Amino acid sequence: MDSLLQIILAIDWAEIAQASLDTLLMLGASLFFTALAGLPLGVLLFLTGPRQLLSQPVVYGGLSFMVNVLRSLPFIILLILMIPVTVQLTGTSLGVAGAIPPLVVATIPFFARLVETALREVDRGIVEAMLASGASTRQIVLWALLPEALPGVIAALTVTAITLVAYTAMSGVIGGGGLGDLAVRFGYQRFRSDVMAVTVILLLVLVQLLQMAGDRLVHHFSRK
Amino acid sequence: MIRLQNVGKVFNAAGREIHALRDVNLDIARGEIFGIVGHSGAGKSTLIRLLNRLEGVSSGRIELDGEDVTALDGEALRQMRQHVGMIFQHFNLLGSRTVAQNVAMPLRIAGMKDGAAMAARVAELLELVGLADQGDKYPSQLSGGQKQRVGIARALANSPKLLLCDEATSALDPQTTRSVLDLLLQINEKLGLTIVLITHEMDVVRAICDHVAVLDGGVIVEQGPVTQVFLHPQHPTTRRFVLEAENLDENDEDQMLASVPGCIVRLSYVGERVYEPMLATVAREYGVDFCILSGRVERIKHTPCGQLTLALTAEAAAVRGAIAALEARGVHVDVLRETSPATKGAL
Repeated sequence: MDSLLQIILAIDWAEIAQASLDTLLMLGASLFFTALAGLPLGVLLFLTGPRQLLSQPVVYGGLSFMVNVLRSLPFIILLILMIPVTVQLTGTSLGVAGAIPPLVVATIPFFARLVETALREVDRGIVEAMLASGASTRQIVLWALLPEALPGVIAALTVTAITLVAYTAMSGVIGGGGLGDLAVRFGYQRFRSDVMAVTVILLLVLVQLLQMAGDRLVHHFSRK
Repeated sequence: MIRLQNVGKVFNAAGREIHALRDVNLDIARGEIFGIVGHSGAGKSTLIRLLNRLEGVSSGRIELDGEDVTALDGEALRQMRQHVGMIFQHFNLLGSRTVAQNVAMPLRIAGMKDGAAMAARVAELLELVGLADQGDKYPSQLSGGQKQRVGIARALANSPKLLLCDEATSALDPQTTRSVLDLLLQINEKLGLTIVLITHEMDVVRAICDHVAVLDGGVIVEQGPVTQVFLHPQHPTTRRFVLEAENLDENDEDQMLASVPGCIVRLSYVGERVYEPMLATVAREYGVDFCILSGRVERIKHTPCGQLTLALTAEAAAVRGAIAALEARGVHVDVLRETSPATKGAL
């Protein structure tokens, strides 16, 4: 037992607390902006897609290509490419604030694709019934498609949140901080297995909590 | 009320033109129930979707109350659709909303803002379809028949002048089908609503339709009053549909007739004559013996009608006299065979 106590005492808990806070900040802010921009983009992708309400092959092709470009770019490269834009947006390319724009840009296309898929899962008959009732496209999206796809959208947001947790680990490159960064800097580069273990456990707990919360919400909003 | 003139619909699939509908002409009168029957792939789903412009025509003209719906666009098109109700084979209810919210949806779409008025209208509609106490349930908690009743309530929300039924009973069991058809008939009579329905089941047509059109390969091969089409089908497709509905088989009947002596006639009659003992009266009067080979006496919608296949055995003059007497009483007589077939060897 003595050794466990030594291990616990040897860890800088203030640093771990700060890293946890940074992770949560980056996660919360990025998730918020991703949802804000990704949801409309997902709806637009869906609506302009083949055989959909506003079928626009050129617009869909363009959006789809952009999404694919951003998704195929390794996050670490995006992080560096984004630096000028990030400085414009936040005034700095460093720290938590500097990490948020690239995180958002990386996850918007990912989330938008998942939203598009969730909307495609909605029975076409429902759109047909709304059209037959004389609904406009706006009414169909807001009153039928999104409410029907809500469990799928929440599931998409859950997956996106967990992906963000993984991405935040890489933000250490620009001094973004957070648990993942701590694991790399202390645990890996300075051979501090104890710090590594603690951060990994904390990340695991975070991912687990996100998944559980997401699943519970999906269940709550499912009527099938 | 609805007039289709030379309506055609062409789909482009993989560079090939597919003619879903060709030169369709229909006149549907206000207040009637008009059935369109056809096998799957005959084009009936496309046809009904042309009426509320879920599909556009490729050629021809569709008038709804004198207005050319093929020319409508944007807001005018949505206005038209708000006054045409539609129900579907798979109900197409919003699973995330309650029964009451589903029924209220067309009211919201039409711009109704007053919550109390909306609730009152929804309650009235649910009462009409017999679901007064189910408003707070979700569609997944209802049976198929109940779901279709919700669909009907939703379709009627904005007091449409026309109701389109897309295979509305095809996903239901026979008993539920019957109750949904009764509800449609009741709505038709109570509200004077015109109903156009498509189906692959002739039973549906027999139960509630006034007129029927038979669609085969995108072409209307026969149309007319239901009693006429049922008793005297002209086109082979129609005949197959009628035989199916009666659980008969043309080959069996032909075989049976070959083994029976005498003159074979088919009598068709409609209306109150069905309940008169005219067959016995005429047979006695002309000294004709008869044997009933097959037959049915039934109601087509509200009209009683009968169709009997008889073998008459008597002298030729007596048979002719009996036939004339039956015709004088308003019976339609088809002579299927004049006399006994040539004897085929010893029995």
